[in-house]
Amino acid sequence: MAAIVEELITIKPKPRDGWDVERIRKDFPVLRQTVNDKPLVYLDNAASSQVPMMVIERGAQYIEQEHSNIHRGVHYLSMKATTAYEGAREKVKRFINAREAKECIFVRGATEGINLVMHGYGRKFIGPGDEIVISAMEHHANIVPWQMLCEEKGAKLRVIPMNDAGELLMDEYDALLNEKTRFVAVAHVSNALGTINPVKEIIERAHKYGVPILIDGAQQAPHGTIDVQDLDCDFYTFSGHKMFAPTGSGVVYGKARLLEQMNPFQGGGDMIKSVTFEKTIYADLPNKFEAGTPAIASQIGLGAAIDYLNIIGREKAAAYEHELLRYATERLSAIEGVRIIGTAREKLSVLSFTIENVHPHDIGTILDQQGIAIRAGHHCAQPVMQRLKIPATARASFAFYNTKAEVDVLADAIEKVIEVFS
Amino acid sequence: MSELSELYQQVILDHNKKPRNFHRLENANHSAEGFNPLCGDHLNVYLHVEDDQVKDVSFEGSGCAISKASASMMTQAVKGKTKAEAEKLFNEFHRMATGQLNEETEPNDLGKLTIFAGVRDFPARVKCATLSWHTMHAALNEQQKVSTE
Repeated sequence: MAAIVEELITIKPKPRDGWDVERIRKDFPVLRQTVNDKPLVYLDNAASSQVPMMVIERGAQYIEQEHSNIHRGVHYLSMKATTAYEGAREKVKRFINAREAKECIFVRGATEGINLVMHGYGRKFIGPGDEIVISAMEHHANIVPWQMLCEEKGAKLRVIPMNDAGELLMDEYDALLNEKTRFVAVAHVSNALGTINPVKEIIERAHKYGVPILIDGAQQAPHGTIDVQDLDCDFYTFSGHKMFAPTGSGVVYGKARLLEQMNPFQGGGDMIKSVTFEKTIYADLPNKFEAGTPAIASQIGLGAAIDYLNIIGREKAAAYEHELLRYATERLSAIEGVRIIGTAREKLSVLSFTIENVHPHDIGTILDQQGIAIRAGHHCAQPVMQRLKIPATARASFAFYNTKAEVDVLADAIEKVIEVFS
Repeated sequence: MSELSELYQQVILDHNKKPRNFHRLENANHSAEGFNPLCGDHLNVYLHVEDDQVKDVSFEGSGCAISKASASMMTQAVKGKTKAEAEKLFNEFHRMATGQLNEETEPNDLGKLTIFAGVRDFPARVKCATLSWHTMHAALNEQQKVSTE
Protein backbone atom coordinates (compact mmCIF):
# COMPACT_ATOMS: atom_id res chain seq x y z
CA MET A 1 0.00 0.00 0.00
CA ALA A 2 2.87 2.35 0.75
CA ALA A 3 3.84 2.29 -2.89
CA ILE A 4 0.34 3.28 -3.98
CA VAL A 5 0.33 6.26 -1.67
CA GLU A 6 3.69 7.29 -3.06
CA GLU A 7 2.29 7.16 -6.59
CA LEU A 8 -0.57 9.38 -5.50
CA ILE A 9 1.42 12.13 -3.91
CA THR A 10 4.02 12.51 -6.63
CA ILE A 11 1.69 14.85 -8.51
CA LYS A 12 0.06 17.43 -6.32
CA PRO A 13 -2.78 19.36 -7.90
CA LYS A 14 -1.62 22.92 -8.47
CA PRO A 15 -4.54 24.83 -9.97
CA ARG A 16 -3.36 27.36 -12.54
CA ASP A 17 -4.52 30.94 -12.38
CA GLY A 18 -7.02 32.13 -14.98
CA TRP A 19 -7.52 30.20 -18.19
CA ASP A 20 -4.51 30.46 -20.45
CA VAL A 21 -5.80 28.43 -23.38
CA GLU A 22 -2.60 28.87 -25.39
CA ARG A 23 -0.61 27.37 -22.56
CA ILE A 24 -3.10 24.51 -22.26
CA ARG A 25 -2.84 23.83 -26.01
CA LYS A 26 0.90 23.33 -25.67
CA ASP A 27 0.14 20.27 -23.54
CA PHE A 28 -1.52 18.55 -26.53
CA PRO A 29 0.97 17.59 -29.26
CA VAL A 30 -1.74 16.47 -31.69
CA LEU A 31 -3.07 20.01 -31.92
CA ARG A 32 0.21 21.28 -33.39
CA GLN A 33 -0.44 19.96 -36.90
CA THR A 34 -1.95 21.13 -40.12
CA VAL A 35 -4.63 19.23 -42.01
CA ASN A 36 -5.05 19.97 -45.70
CA ASP A 37 -2.59 22.84 -45.22
CA LYS A 38 -4.78 24.43 -42.56
CA PRO A 39 -4.19 24.44 -38.80
CA LEU A 40 -6.13 21.53 -37.29
CA VAL A 41 -9.34 22.67 -35.63
CA TYR A 42 -10.39 19.66 -33.58
CA LEU A 43 -14.09 19.80 -32.74
CA ASP A 44 -14.90 16.11 -32.41
CA ASN A 45 -14.21 15.81 -28.71
CA ALA A 46 -17.48 14.04 -27.93
CA ALA A 47 -16.29 11.15 -30.10
CA SER A 48 -12.74 11.10 -28.76
CA SER A 49 -10.74 13.80 -27.05
CA GLN A 50 -7.01 14.44 -27.37
CA VAL A 51 -4.30 13.26 -25.03
CA PRO A 52 -1.97 15.63 -23.13
CA MET A 53 1.79 15.01 -23.01
CA MET A 54 1.63 14.15 -19.33
CA VAL A 55 -0.66 11.21 -20.09
CA ILE A 56 1.39 10.09 -23.09
CA GLU A 57 4.55 10.16 -20.97
CA ARG A 58 2.97 8.14 -18.17
CA GLY A 59 1.82 5.44 -20.62
CA ALA A 60 5.26 5.46 -22.26
CA GLN A 61 6.95 5.16 -18.87
CA TYR A 62 5.03 1.95 -18.20
CA ILE A 63 6.04 0.55 -21.59
CA GLU A 64 9.64 1.66 -21.32
CA GLN A 65 10.34 0.88 -17.68
CA GLU A 66 7.56 -1.15 -16.07
CA HIS A 67 6.09 -3.32 -18.81
CA SER A 68 5.00 -6.59 -17.27
CA ASN A 69 1.83 -8.26 -16.09
CA ILE A 70 0.00 -7.15 -12.98
CA HIS A 71 -1.22 -8.91 -9.82
CA ARG A 72 0.74 -12.10 -10.30
CA GLY A 73 4.45 -11.43 -10.50
CA VAL A 74 6.68 -11.43 -7.47
CA HIS A 75 9.34 -9.63 -9.43
CA TYR A 76 10.21 -5.96 -9.41
CA LEU A 77 8.59 -4.90 -12.71
CA SER A 78 5.32 -6.63 -11.95
CA MET A 79 5.14 -4.93 -8.59
CA LYS A 80 5.83 -1.55 -10.20
CA ALA A 81 3.14 -2.16 -12.83
CA THR A 82 0.63 -3.37 -10.22
CA THR A 83 1.29 -0.32 -8.07
CA ALA A 84 0.74 2.01 -11.02
CA TYR A 85 -2.41 0.18 -12.13
CA GLU A 86 -3.96 0.11 -8.68
CA GLY A 87 -2.81 3.69 -8.18
CA ALA A 88 -4.90 4.64 -11.20
CA ARG A 89 -7.88 2.93 -9.57
CA GLU A 90 -7.37 5.05 -6.43
CA LYS A 91 -7.38 8.15 -8.61
CA VAL A 92 -10.63 7.04 -10.24
CA LYS A 93 -12.13 6.45 -6.81
CA ARG A 94 -11.37 10.05 -5.82
CA PHE A 95 -12.43 11.37 -9.23
CA ILE A 96 -15.97 10.03 -8.79
CA ASN A 97 -15.97 10.03 -4.97
CA ALA A 98 -16.62 6.30 -4.65
CA ARG A 99 -16.56 4.84 -1.15
CA GLU A 100 -13.95 2.25 -2.05
CA ALA A 101 -11.54 1.72 -4.93
CA LYS A 102 -12.80 -1.85 -5.37
CA GLU A 103 -16.11 -0.41 -6.58
CA CYS A 104 -14.30 0.99 -9.63
CA ILE A 105 -13.99 -1.74 -12.26
CA PHE A 106 -11.67 -1.09 -15.17
CA VAL A 107 -13.28 -1.73 -18.54
CA ARG A 108 -12.48 -0.97 -22.18
CA GLY A 109 -14.91 1.96 -22.22
CA ALA A 110 -18.50 2.88 -21.36
CA THR A 111 -19.86 0.36 -23.86
CA GLU A 112 -18.12 -2.47 -22.05
CA GLY A 113 -19.21 -1.00 -18.72
CA ILE A 114 -22.87 -1.17 -19.73
CA ASN A 115 -22.45 -4.67 -21.13
CA LEU A 116 -20.81 -5.76 -17.89
CA VAL A 117 -23.81 -4.58 -15.90
CA MET A 118 -26.24 -6.10 -18.39
CA HIS A 119 -24.54 -9.51 -18.17
CA GLY A 120 -23.62 -9.42 -14.50
CA TYR A 121 -26.76 -7.87 -13.06
CA GLY A 122 -29.38 -8.00 -15.81
CA ARG A 123 -29.04 -11.64 -16.78
CA LYS A 124 -29.14 -12.68 -13.15
CA PHE A 125 -31.94 -10.54 -11.81
CA ILE A 126 -34.23 -9.66 -14.73
CA GLY A 127 -36.86 -12.09 -15.97
CA PRO A 128 -39.99 -12.48 -18.10
CA GLY A 129 -42.47 -9.62 -17.86
CA ASP A 130 -39.98 -7.33 -16.10
CA GLU A 131 -39.46 -3.84 -17.45
CA ILE A 132 -36.29 -1.87 -18.16
CA VAL A 133 -36.52 1.90 -18.55
CA ILE A 134 -34.13 3.86 -20.77
CA SER A 135 -34.47 7.31 -22.35
CA ALA A 136 -35.16 8.64 -25.83
CA MET A 137 -31.70 10.18 -26.07
CA GLU A 138 -29.53 7.17 -25.34
CA HIS A 139 -26.43 6.24 -27.31
CA HIS A 140 -26.79 2.84 -29.00
CA ALA A 141 -24.45 1.53 -26.27
CA ASN A 142 -27.20 2.14 -23.72
CA ILE A 143 -29.98 0.73 -25.92
CA VAL A 144 -28.72 -2.40 -27.64
CA PRO A 145 -27.45 -4.32 -24.57
CA TRP A 146 -30.83 -3.83 -22.86
CA GLN A 147 -32.67 -4.85 -26.02
CA MET A 148 -30.56 -8.01 -26.15
CA LEU A 149 -31.43 -8.71 -22.51
CA CYS A 150 -35.15 -8.11 -23.15
CA GLU A 151 -35.07 -10.51 -26.07
CA GLU A 152 -33.30 -13.17 -24.06
CA LYS A 153 -35.45 -12.86 -20.95
CA GLY A 154 -38.82 -11.84 -22.36
CA ALA A 155 -38.56 -8.51 -20.57
CA LYS A 156 -39.87 -5.21 -21.94
CA LEU A 157 -37.98 -2.04 -22.85
CA ARG A 158 -39.73 1.22 -21.91
CA VAL A 159 -38.50 4.61 -23.15
CA ILE A 160 -38.75 7.99 -21.41
CA PRO A 161 -39.78 10.41 -24.19
CA MET A 162 -38.27 13.85 -24.78
CA ASN A 163 -39.55 17.17 -26.09
CA ASP A 164 -38.40 18.92 -29.29
CA ALA A 165 -35.69 20.78 -27.41
CA GLY A 166 -34.20 17.48 -26.30
CA GLU A 167 -35.31 17.43 -22.67
CA LEU A 168 -36.69 14.33 -20.98
CA LEU A 169 -40.34 14.46 -19.96
CA MET A 170 -40.13 13.75 -16.27
CA ASP A 171 -43.88 13.25 -15.82
CA GLU A 172 -43.76 10.56 -18.47
CA TYR A 173 -40.86 8.98 -16.61
CA ASP A 174 -42.99 8.85 -13.47
CA ALA A 175 -45.74 7.19 -15.46
CA LEU A 176 -43.35 4.51 -16.74
CA LEU A 177 -42.14 3.47 -13.30
CA ASN A 178 -44.17 0.69 -11.69
CA GLU A 179 -43.81 -2.52 -9.71
CA LYS A 180 -42.63 -4.36 -12.85
CA THR A 181 -39.68 -1.96 -13.36
CA ARG A 182 -36.46 -3.79 -12.59
CA PHE A 183 -33.78 -1.47 -13.99
CA VAL A 184 -33.24 2.08 -15.25
CA ALA A 185 -30.37 3.16 -17.54
CA VAL A 186 -30.02 6.83 -18.55
CA ALA A 187 -27.32 9.08 -19.99
CA HIS A 188 -25.95 11.84 -17.78
CA VAL A 189 -25.36 13.97 -20.89
CA SER A 190 -26.68 13.27 -24.41
CA ASN A 191 -23.87 12.75 -26.91
CA ALA A 192 -26.04 13.83 -29.85
CA LEU A 193 -27.72 16.87 -28.30
CA GLY A 194 -25.61 17.92 -25.33
CA THR A 195 -28.57 17.85 -22.94
CA ILE A 196 -27.61 17.50 -19.28
CA ASN A 197 -30.23 15.26 -17.75
CA PRO A 198 -31.45 15.80 -14.17
CA VAL A 199 -29.88 12.52 -13.12
CA LYS A 200 -30.14 13.07 -9.40
CA GLU A 201 -33.89 13.45 -9.72
CA ILE A 202 -34.06 10.46 -12.10
CA ILE A 203 -32.12 8.30 -9.63
CA GLU A 204 -34.28 9.35 -6.69
CA ARG A 205 -37.46 8.44 -8.48
CA ALA A 206 -36.12 5.02 -9.52
CA HIS A 207 -35.12 4.36 -5.91
CA LYS A 208 -38.66 5.11 -4.74
CA TYR A 209 -39.52 1.88 -6.53
CA GLY A 210 -36.41 0.16 -5.20
CA VAL A 211 -35.04 -0.01 -8.75
CA PRO A 212 -31.29 0.12 -9.40
CA ILE A 213 -30.08 2.62 -11.97
CA LEU A 214 -27.08 2.94 -14.27
CA ILE A 215 -25.85 6.34 -15.45
CA ASP A 216 -23.93 6.51 -18.73
CA GLY A 217 -21.46 9.27 -17.92
CA ALA A 218 -19.37 9.10 -21.10
CA GLN A 219 -20.08 12.76 -21.92
CA GLN A 220 -20.12 14.05 -18.37
CA ALA A 221 -16.76 12.70 -17.22
CA PRO A 222 -14.60 14.94 -19.48
CA HIS A 223 -16.51 18.12 -18.69
CA GLY A 224 -18.00 18.07 -15.23
CA THR A 225 -17.77 16.67 -11.76
CA ILE A 226 -19.11 13.30 -10.68
CA ASP A 227 -20.02 12.34 -7.14
CA VAL A 228 -21.47 8.85 -7.13
CA GLN A 229 -22.25 9.01 -3.41
CA ASP A 230 -24.14 12.26 -3.73
CA LEU A 231 -25.97 10.99 -6.81
CA ASP A 232 -26.56 7.67 -5.06
CA CYS A 233 -26.51 5.92 -8.45
CA ASP A 234 -26.04 2.16 -8.41
CA PHE A 235 -23.80 2.07 -11.49
CA TYR A 236 -21.89 4.79 -13.32
CA THR A 237 -19.73 4.29 -16.39
CA PHE A 238 -17.44 6.35 -18.61
CA SER A 239 -14.71 6.00 -21.24
CA GLY A 240 -11.12 7.13 -20.88
CA HIS A 241 -10.64 8.10 -24.51
CA LYS A 242 -13.31 10.81 -24.22
CA MET A 243 -11.56 12.29 -21.20
CA PHE A 244 -8.00 12.83 -22.44
CA ALA A 245 -6.78 9.26 -21.85
CA PRO A 246 -5.92 6.57 -24.42
CA THR A 247 -8.49 4.27 -26.03
CA GLY A 248 -9.11 1.01 -24.22
CA SER A 249 -9.46 2.66 -20.82
CA GLY A 250 -12.66 3.18 -18.91
CA VAL A 251 -14.52 2.54 -15.70
CA VAL A 252 -17.76 1.12 -14.48
CA TYR A 253 -18.54 1.99 -10.90
CA GLY A 254 -20.98 -0.15 -8.97
CA LYS A 255 -22.08 -0.22 -5.35
CA ALA A 256 -20.08 -2.98 -3.70
CA ARG A 257 -23.24 -4.66 -2.41
CA LEU A 258 -24.57 -5.05 -5.98
CA LEU A 259 -21.24 -5.97 -7.57
CA GLU A 260 -20.85 -8.75 -5.01
CA GLN A 261 -24.26 -10.22 -5.87
CA MET A 262 -23.62 -10.10 -9.61
CA ASN A 263 -22.35 -12.79 -11.95
CA PRO A 264 -18.87 -12.22 -13.36
CA PHE A 265 -18.72 -10.72 -16.84
CA GLN A 266 -15.95 -12.77 -18.42
CA GLY A 267 -14.20 -15.82 -17.08
CA GLY A 268 -10.46 -16.31 -17.11
CA GLY A 269 -7.27 -15.52 -15.33
CA ASP A 270 -7.06 -12.95 -12.53
CA MET A 271 -10.79 -13.21 -11.71
CA ILE A 272 -10.52 -16.36 -9.59
CA LYS A 273 -9.50 -17.43 -6.11
CA SER A 274 -9.18 -21.08 -6.99
CA VAL A 275 -9.93 -23.30 -9.94
CA THR A 276 -10.50 -27.04 -10.05
CA PHE A 277 -12.31 -28.91 -12.79
CA GLU A 278 -15.21 -29.32 -10.38
CA LYS A 279 -15.56 -25.77 -9.13
CA THR A 280 -14.15 -22.28 -9.44
CA ILE A 281 -14.29 -19.71 -6.66
CA TYR A 282 -14.34 -16.17 -8.00
CA ALA A 283 -12.01 -13.45 -6.82
CA ASP A 284 -13.17 -10.57 -4.65
CA LEU A 285 -13.90 -7.13 -6.09
CA PRO A 286 -12.65 -5.64 -8.32
CA ASN A 287 -10.74 -8.62 -9.80
CA LYS A 288 -13.93 -10.68 -10.17
CA PHE A 289 -14.80 -8.42 -13.10
CA GLU A 290 -11.36 -8.08 -14.65
CA ALA A 291 -10.59 -11.35 -16.37
CA GLY A 292 -7.42 -11.53 -18.40
CA THR A 293 -4.70 -8.94 -18.80
CA PRO A 294 -6.28 -5.48 -19.01
CA ALA A 295 -5.17 -2.44 -21.03
CA ILE A 296 -2.57 -1.61 -18.38
CA ALA A 297 -0.87 1.30 -20.18
CA SER A 298 -4.25 2.84 -21.04
CA GLN A 299 -5.67 2.56 -17.53
CA ILE A 300 -2.49 4.02 -16.02
CA GLY A 301 -2.96 6.75 -18.63
CA LEU A 302 -6.50 7.30 -17.37
CA GLY A 303 -5.08 7.86 -13.92
CA ALA A 304 -2.67 10.42 -15.36
CA ALA A 305 -5.54 12.12 -17.22
CA ILE A 306 -7.34 12.52 -13.90
CA ASP A 307 -4.16 14.08 -12.46
CA TYR A 308 -4.06 16.41 -15.43
CA LEU A 309 -7.69 17.48 -14.95
CA ASN A 310 -7.00 18.14 -11.29
CA ILE A 311 -3.95 20.24 -12.13
CA ILE A 312 -5.73 22.44 -14.67
CA GLY A 313 -8.85 22.60 -12.50
CA ARG A 314 -12.00 20.80 -13.53
CA GLU A 315 -14.37 23.54 -12.54
CA LYS A 316 -12.41 26.22 -14.33
CA ALA A 317 -12.21 24.05 -17.43
CA ALA A 318 -15.97 23.50 -17.29
CA ALA A 319 -16.65 27.22 -16.95
CA TYR A 320 -14.41 27.96 -19.94
CA GLU A 321 -16.16 25.26 -22.03
CA HIS A 322 -19.54 26.64 -21.03
CA GLU A 323 -18.58 30.06 -22.38
CA LEU A 324 -17.21 28.48 -25.55
CA LEU A 325 -20.48 26.64 -26.15
CA ARG A 326 -22.45 29.82 -25.53
CA TYR A 327 -20.29 31.71 -28.02
CA ALA A 328 -20.50 28.96 -30.66
CA THR A 329 -24.28 28.73 -30.26
CA GLU A 330 -24.54 32.49 -30.74
CA ARG A 331 -22.25 32.49 -33.81
CA LEU A 332 -23.92 29.56 -35.57
CA SER A 333 -27.47 30.63 -34.73
CA ALA A 334 -26.78 33.92 -36.50
CA ILE A 335 -26.06 32.18 -39.82
CA GLU A 336 -29.10 31.98 -42.07
CA GLY A 337 -30.00 28.40 -42.92
CA VAL A 338 -28.32 26.91 -39.85
CA ARG A 339 -30.56 25.18 -37.36
CA ILE A 340 -29.31 24.18 -33.92
CA ILE A 341 -30.48 20.68 -32.94
CA GLY A 342 -30.83 20.29 -29.20
CA THR A 343 -31.84 23.45 -27.39
CA ALA A 344 -32.23 22.17 -23.85
CA ARG A 345 -31.80 24.72 -21.08
CA GLU A 346 -29.00 22.69 -19.52
CA LYS A 347 -26.38 21.78 -22.10
CA LEU A 348 -22.74 20.82 -22.20
CA SER A 349 -20.01 20.89 -24.83
CA VAL A 350 -22.05 19.57 -27.79
CA LEU A 351 -23.43 21.70 -30.63
CA SER A 352 -25.45 19.70 -33.16
CA PHE A 353 -26.72 21.52 -36.21
CA THR A 354 -28.10 21.15 -39.71
CA ILE A 355 -27.81 23.40 -42.75
CA GLU A 356 -30.84 23.80 -44.96
CA ASN A 357 -30.56 21.66 -48.12
CA VAL A 358 -27.08 20.40 -47.27
CA HIS A 359 -26.54 16.87 -46.00
CA PRO A 360 -24.36 16.67 -42.86
CA HIS A 361 -21.85 14.40 -44.62
CA ASP A 362 -21.21 17.04 -47.23
CA ILE A 363 -20.74 19.56 -44.42
CA GLY A 364 -18.28 17.18 -42.75
CA THR A 365 -16.22 16.70 -45.92
CA ILE A 366 -16.08 20.39 -46.78
CA LEU A 367 -15.10 21.35 -43.23
CA ASP A 368 -12.44 18.63 -43.23
CA GLN A 369 -10.94 20.21 -46.31
CA GLN A 370 -10.44 23.29 -44.19
CA GLY A 371 -8.80 21.40 -41.38
CA ILE A 372 -11.91 21.30 -39.20
CA ALA A 373 -12.79 17.94 -37.63
CA ILE A 374 -16.46 17.56 -36.74
CA ARG A 375 -18.73 14.53 -36.65
CA ALA A 376 -21.48 14.07 -39.21
CA GLY A 377 -24.12 11.38 -38.96
CA HIS A 378 -26.51 9.90 -36.45
CA HIS A 379 -23.92 9.86 -33.62
CA CYS A 380 -24.86 6.29 -32.67
CA ALA A 381 -28.22 7.68 -31.60
CA GLN A 382 -30.55 6.80 -34.46
CA PRO A 383 -33.68 7.00 -32.28
CA VAL A 384 -32.81 10.64 -31.51
CA MET A 385 -32.71 11.37 -35.26
CA GLN A 386 -36.00 9.51 -35.78
CA ARG A 387 -37.64 11.45 -32.94
CA LEU A 388 -36.52 14.79 -34.40
CA LYS A 389 -37.34 13.63 -37.95
CA ILE A 390 -33.90 14.36 -39.38
CA PRO A 391 -31.56 11.88 -41.08
CA ALA A 392 -28.41 13.14 -39.39
CA THR A 393 -26.74 16.19 -37.92
CA ALA A 394 -23.35 17.82 -38.04
CA ARG A 395 -21.88 18.03 -34.56
CA ALA A 396 -19.18 20.28 -33.21
CA SER A 397 -18.11 19.30 -29.70
CA PHE A 398 -15.71 21.28 -27.58
CA ALA A 399 -13.00 20.77 -25.02
CA PHE A 400 -11.12 23.24 -22.83
CA TYR A 401 -8.29 23.48 -25.40
CA ASN A 402 -10.55 24.88 -28.11
CA THR A 403 -10.65 28.63 -28.68
CA LYS A 404 -13.10 31.28 -29.73
CA ALA A 405 -10.90 31.83 -32.78
CA GLU A 406 -11.57 28.21 -33.75
CA VAL A 407 -15.29 28.81 -33.38
CA ASP A 408 -14.86 31.74 -35.79
CA VAL A 409 -13.05 29.45 -38.27
CA LEU A 410 -15.97 27.02 -37.97
CA ALA A 411 -18.57 29.73 -38.54
CA ASP A 412 -16.70 31.07 -41.60
CA ALA A 413 -16.39 27.56 -43.02
CA ILE A 414 -20.10 26.95 -42.56
CA GLU A 415 -20.78 30.09 -44.54
CA LYS A 416 -18.52 28.68 -47.25
CA VAL A 417 -20.54 25.43 -47.27
CA ILE A 418 -23.73 27.41 -47.76
CA GLU A 419 -22.05 29.32 -50.60
CA VAL A 420 -20.94 26.10 -52.37
CA PHE A 421 -24.45 24.68 -52.19
CA SER A 422 -26.38 27.85 -52.98
CA MET B 1 -9.34 23.51 -51.72
CA SER B 2 -8.26 21.93 -55.02
CA GLU B 3 -9.38 18.48 -53.94
CA LEU B 4 -12.60 19.92 -52.67
CA SER B 5 -13.53 21.57 -55.92
CA GLU B 6 -12.66 18.30 -57.60
CA LEU B 7 -15.22 16.48 -55.48
CA TYR B 8 -17.96 19.07 -55.43
CA GLN B 9 -17.96 19.98 -59.10
CA GLN B 10 -20.76 22.03 -60.54
CA VAL B 11 -22.27 18.99 -62.30
CA ILE B 12 -22.52 17.12 -59.01
CA LEU B 13 -24.03 20.11 -57.24
CA ASP B 14 -26.53 20.46 -60.08
CA HIS B 15 -27.59 16.79 -59.96
CA ASN B 16 -27.89 17.08 -56.18
CA LYS B 17 -30.20 20.04 -56.50
CA LYS B 18 -32.20 18.69 -59.44
CA PRO B 19 -31.85 14.91 -59.41
CA ARG B 20 -32.94 13.26 -62.70
CA ASN B 21 -35.34 10.30 -62.76
CA PHE B 22 -36.07 10.99 -59.12
CA HIS B 23 -39.36 9.23 -58.60
CA ARG B 24 -40.91 5.83 -58.17
CA LEU B 25 -41.23 3.84 -61.41
CA GLU B 26 -44.78 2.59 -61.88
CA ASN B 27 -44.00 -0.19 -64.35
CA ALA B 28 -40.80 -1.34 -62.68
CA ASN B 29 -40.18 -5.09 -62.70
CA HIS B 30 -36.93 -4.98 -60.75
CA SER B 31 -36.14 -2.96 -57.67
CA ALA B 32 -33.84 -2.97 -54.69
CA GLU B 33 -33.31 -0.97 -51.57
CA GLY B 34 -29.90 0.43 -50.76
CA PHE B 35 -28.91 1.47 -47.28
CA ASN B 36 -25.67 2.72 -45.82
CA PRO B 37 -25.97 2.12 -42.09
CA LEU B 38 -22.83 4.15 -41.40
CA CYS B 39 -24.26 7.42 -42.63
CA GLY B 40 -27.97 6.71 -43.01
CA ASP B 41 -28.11 7.18 -46.78
CA HIS B 42 -31.13 5.32 -48.05
CA LEU B 43 -32.44 4.86 -51.57
CA ASN B 44 -34.58 2.67 -53.80
CA VAL B 45 -33.67 1.92 -57.39
CA TYR B 46 -36.38 0.89 -59.85
CA LEU B 47 -35.77 -0.76 -63.21
CA HIS B 48 -38.02 -1.66 -66.06
CA VAL B 49 -36.18 -4.40 -67.95
CA GLU B 50 -37.55 -5.85 -71.17
CA ASP B 51 -35.83 -8.10 -73.73
CA ASP B 52 -32.63 -7.87 -71.74
CA GLN B 53 -32.61 -4.07 -71.98
CA VAL B 54 -33.03 -1.45 -69.29
CA LYS B 55 -35.98 0.39 -70.78
CA ASP B 56 -36.41 2.73 -67.84
CA VAL B 57 -34.77 3.41 -64.50
CA SER B 58 -35.43 5.70 -61.57
CA PHE B 59 -34.60 6.19 -57.92
CA GLU B 60 -35.88 7.82 -54.78
CA GLY B 61 -34.52 8.30 -51.30
CA SER B 62 -32.38 10.58 -49.21
CA GLY B 63 -28.68 11.06 -48.84
CA CYS B 64 -25.77 13.41 -49.24
CA ALA B 65 -24.94 15.35 -52.38
CA ILE B 66 -22.48 12.73 -53.58
CA SER B 67 -24.91 9.83 -53.23
CA LYS B 68 -27.81 11.74 -54.74
CA ALA B 69 -25.83 13.06 -57.70
CA SER B 70 -24.29 9.66 -58.29
CA ALA B 71 -27.72 8.00 -58.30
CA SER B 72 -29.07 10.63 -60.65
CA MET B 73 -26.21 10.16 -63.12
CA MET B 74 -26.39 6.38 -62.75
CA THR B 75 -29.99 6.42 -63.97
CA GLN B 76 -28.99 8.48 -67.00
CA ALA B 77 -26.06 6.18 -67.73
CA VAL B 78 -27.84 2.83 -67.62
CA LYS B 79 -31.06 3.87 -69.34
CA GLY B 80 -31.27 2.05 -72.69
CA LYS B 81 -28.32 -0.20 -71.92
CA THR B 82 -28.44 -3.98 -72.09
CA LYS B 83 -28.11 -5.80 -68.80
CA ALA B 84 -24.54 -6.78 -69.70
CA GLU B 85 -23.65 -3.17 -70.55
CA ALA B 86 -25.16 -1.93 -67.29
CA GLU B 87 -23.20 -4.54 -65.35
CA LYS B 88 -20.00 -3.56 -67.13
CA LEU B 89 -20.59 0.08 -66.19
CA PHE B 90 -21.25 -0.92 -62.57
CA ASN B 91 -17.98 -2.79 -62.55
CA GLU B 92 -16.00 0.06 -64.07
CA PHE B 93 -17.58 2.66 -61.81
CA HIS B 94 -16.90 0.60 -58.73
CA ARG B 95 -13.28 0.04 -59.73
CA MET B 96 -12.78 3.71 -60.51
CA ALA B 97 -14.26 4.88 -57.21
CA THR B 98 -12.13 2.45 -55.22
CA GLY B 99 -8.95 3.35 -57.10
CA GLN B 100 -8.60 0.09 -59.02
CA LEU B 101 -9.19 1.61 -62.43
CA ASN B 102 -7.40 4.60 -63.87
CA GLU B 103 -10.05 6.13 -66.07
CA GLU B 104 -7.45 8.14 -67.98
CA THR B 105 -5.18 5.29 -69.03
CA GLU B 106 -7.47 2.24 -69.15
CA PRO B 107 -10.24 1.87 -71.72
CA ASN B 108 -13.73 2.27 -70.27
CA ASP B 109 -17.24 3.42 -71.07
CA LEU B 110 -17.62 5.71 -68.06
CA GLY B 111 -17.77 8.97 -70.02
CA LYS B 112 -18.96 11.80 -67.81
CA LEU B 113 -19.21 9.45 -64.82
CA THR B 114 -15.47 9.96 -64.40
CA ILE B 115 -16.47 13.11 -62.55
CA PHE B 116 -16.76 10.84 -59.50
CA ALA B 117 -13.13 9.70 -59.74
CA GLY B 118 -12.28 12.26 -57.05
CA VAL B 119 -14.06 10.27 -54.30
CA ARG B 120 -11.17 7.83 -54.14
CA ASP B 121 -9.24 10.57 -52.32
CA PHE B 122 -12.02 10.61 -49.73
CA PRO B 123 -12.21 7.06 -48.37
CA ALA B 124 -15.08 7.98 -46.08
CA ARG B 125 -17.16 9.01 -49.09
CA VAL B 126 -16.55 6.18 -51.57
CA LYS B 127 -19.67 4.35 -50.40
CA CYS B 128 -21.76 7.46 -50.98
CA ALA B 129 -20.84 7.39 -54.67
CA THR B 130 -21.21 3.63 -55.12
CA LEU B 131 -24.44 3.06 -53.13
CA SER B 132 -26.82 3.60 -56.06
CA TRP B 133 -24.67 1.45 -58.34
CA HIS B 134 -24.65 -1.42 -55.85
CA THR B 135 -28.40 -1.04 -55.51
CA MET B 136 -28.90 -1.06 -59.29
CA HIS B 137 -26.68 -4.13 -59.51
CA ALA B 138 -28.71 -5.89 -56.82
CA ALA B 139 -31.98 -4.99 -58.55
CA LEU B 140 -30.73 -6.36 -61.86
CA ASN B 141 -29.49 -9.61 -60.40
CA GLU B 142 -31.86 -10.51 -57.66
CA GLN B 143 -34.78 -9.90 -59.96
CA GLN B 144 -36.77 -8.56 -57.04
CA LYS B 145 -40.29 -8.00 -58.33
CA VAL B 146 -41.86 -4.79 -57.21
CA SER B 147 -45.16 -5.15 -55.43
CA THR B 148 -47.83 -3.25 -57.30
CA GLU B 149 -49.98 -2.81 -54.22
